[in-house]
Amino acid sequence: MDAIILQILNGLDKGSAYALIALGLTLIFGTLGVVNFAHGALFMIGAFCAVTFSRLLQLSHEIVDETRTDFLGNPLKVDVPYLQDWFGPETGAAIIDWAVPLSILFAIPVMLLVGFVMERGLIKHFYKRPHADQILVTFGLAIVLGEIIKANYGANPIPTPAPAAFSGSLDFGVWLGFDENAIIYPYWRLIYFLFSAVIIAGVFAFLQFTTFGMVVRAGMADRETVGLLGIDIDKRFTIMFGLAAAVAGLAGAMYTPILSPNYNMGMDFLVLSFVVVVVGGMGSLPGAVLAGFLLGILQSFASMNEVKSLLPGIDQIIIYLVAIAILLTRPRGLMGRRGVMEE
Amino acid sequence: MLGLDTKDTRLLIIVAIMVMAAPILLNPFPADSAMAQFNAGYPDLMQRFVIFGIFAIGFNILFGLTGYLSFGHAAFLGMGSYAAVWMFKLLSYNVVPAILLSVIVAAAFSVVIGYISLRRSGIYFSILTLAFAQMSYALAYSVLTPITNGETGLQVYTNDPQILMGENSPNVPHLFGIEMRGTADLELGAWTFTFGNGYYLAALMMLLSFYISLRIFRSPFGLMLRAVKSNQNRLTFTGVSPKPYTLAAFVISGMYAGLAGGLLAAMDPLTGAERMQWTASGEVVLMTILGGAGTLIGPVLGAGLIKYLENIFSKINDGILHQWFAFMPDGLEDFMVTILHPFIGKGWHLTLGLIFMAIVIFLPGGLVEGGQRIGRLFKRRKTDDASSATTKPAE
Repeated sequence: MDAIILQILNGLDKGSAYALIALGLTLIFGTLGVVNFAHGALFMIGAFCAVTFSRLLQLSHEIVDETRTDFLGNPLKVDVPYLQDWFGPETGAAIIDWAVPLSILFAIPVMLLVGFVMERGLIKHFYKRPHADQILVTFGLAIVLGEIIKANYGANPIPTPAPAAFSGSLDFGVWLGFDENAIIYPYWRLIYFLFSAVIIAGVFAFLQFTTFGMVVRAGMADRETVGLLGIDIDKRFTIMFGLAAAVAGLAGAMYTPILSPNYNMGMDFLVLSFVVVVVGGMGSLPGAVLAGFLLGILQSFASMNEVKSLLPGIDQIIIYLVAIAILLTRPRGLMGRRGVMEE
Repeated sequence: MLGLDTKDTRLLIIVAIMVMAAPILLNPFPADSAMAQFNAGYPDLMQRFVIFGIFAIGFNILFGLTGYLSFGHAAFLGMGSYAAVWMFKLLSYNVVPAILLSVIVAAAFSVVIGYISLRRSGIYFSILTLAFAQMSYALAYSVLTPITNGETGLQVYTNDPQILMGENSPNVPHLFGIEMRGTADLELGAWTFTFGNGYYLAALMMLLSFYISLRIFRSPFGLMLRAVKSNQNRLTFTGVSPKPYTLAAFVISGMYAGLAGGLLAAMDPLTGAERMQWTASGEVVLMTILGGAGTLIGPVLGAGLIKYLENIFSKINDGILHQWFAFMPDGLEDFMVTILHPFIGKGWHLTLGLIFMAIVIFLPGGLVEGGQRIGRLFKRRKTDDASSATTKPAE
């Protein structure tokens, strides 16, 4: 029993990432009708927003510390971040320590901007082109974005730690009456899960309870009619693209303590997220979220030792197997609607 | 000739001459000159041209004719390579059984994968093929290590059985004694031309593949595949099931990929799982689109161009750039080098991505369409001069 709960918990954080990316993909697809192969790259750029932000915070200058000496007996030179000059040593260090959560503030405007530029500059011209062209051009864009990041940050993963306050683990089993250390769950993964739950809820609430969201939903159902009613639906869809980019970016920024970002991480997540979208049902937002969590949990179950000894290698391919099974038995995915991408 | 009309015969003959004379044509610069780095006429690179040409020709039969965009074709190439290396390990270094088995293995797998994937179309088909390819890749890396040798990559060891290995058989891949690595040099003044045995085997295979694809394009079967692309519903209404046709196209293109994989192994008897990765599948899509999907010669051009640019761009480094811009004032020279630096050497993929995006955005028909546009431009200019002037067809 405790092993099962543990695997469910382990699946949650990966599932959250899948769900957030798949949510963005579905938003873009549902509003603009564009299959965005560069969405994984947006996730990756979000992760590098966190890296950039934490580097910005650590910008420092060298001062000579007279009280200490190095091994040659000269006065020691220490790098002091500007933040510590401005806010005092303790506050400055604390801000640097909290770089990853704070990078949200940095990532949101950056990702919105990236999203707008991408939509206005490139995607706009591909509304009327076939889906194959959209896939190809965004695939090319994903390569370009990945290479730009690689040129600037190098090819190696960059470790970006979570704040010290969250570095430990939560002994979750004790709460449920199990032995100590039976179910251990790192705090940051819990935070990530809660964070993504908030984001998902926020997106749904935004679409459900605001006038803007209502117009967007109407546009998703029937774009032409909404346009005929005198609403500039293109502008709203562009904003939705920016929003989807921001969701992917935040998912990436907060994921950095779990997985050190490198330029290729977007591609890995993209393939899986597409599978998630297809399993959930193309065009269905709840489907994307559900399938994201489901596949994340399934994947962590498959990586249990008991399962692996029974079916070796199953952890590598479980998601694809499920996707194939779903596509063949329920062609529209778990919650797909009729008439979406059926041509 | 060969069941082709005059125009196609001419095309085939032109391609054959180009391919056969490639060691000379691709070596326009003398061996010692500074421009020699732009030469492409050495066997290693030319082999890649023709082998990936085969791969792209096969992919084009599926994508160009039926419009089904497979994102997992590299899996068949990888399987072909593994099959070929296993033939080397078990029988002998003769390439004939290796290439035969690689085609058969790829065909068998593509029947299964195609049968399942083709139940869906559009993006779902792409995702299904992608899923299968990623599965093959993941399995080759992990569980199938006894067969694929995992991360190390599969290669031939001295204690392998090699039961058909005679006393005097060469210890490298060969065709009944003709070593694939063997070359003949021809020195003409400052030029050195290298003719590789392996290249000519691959080139003959490519010509054969090209001929078969030419026949497919012109056959009723090819017409059927085009019908699938333009409107599947109408095809169904006329009482024809598109399934057997698409499956046949899928299997044929899978066999082409297997042949390419077998040839890759025949040129260099080792292989690894990275040949199956989805970026490798993406590369063949790039080649086909770059050259022109649905055209005969496009995929070959695309494959050659990408492999050539890859070779050139990865070779150029800052030092060479400094030589090029040496005529400029120092500040400007450094500026140019700094600007170009991200696009060369390790940054080659950036250039590739940009070229690819530009092609998809501005020239969806690829290089062939570009050629046609230029041809039309000249035609129009000529018709302005003399309205009765005729120009050659641009394909």
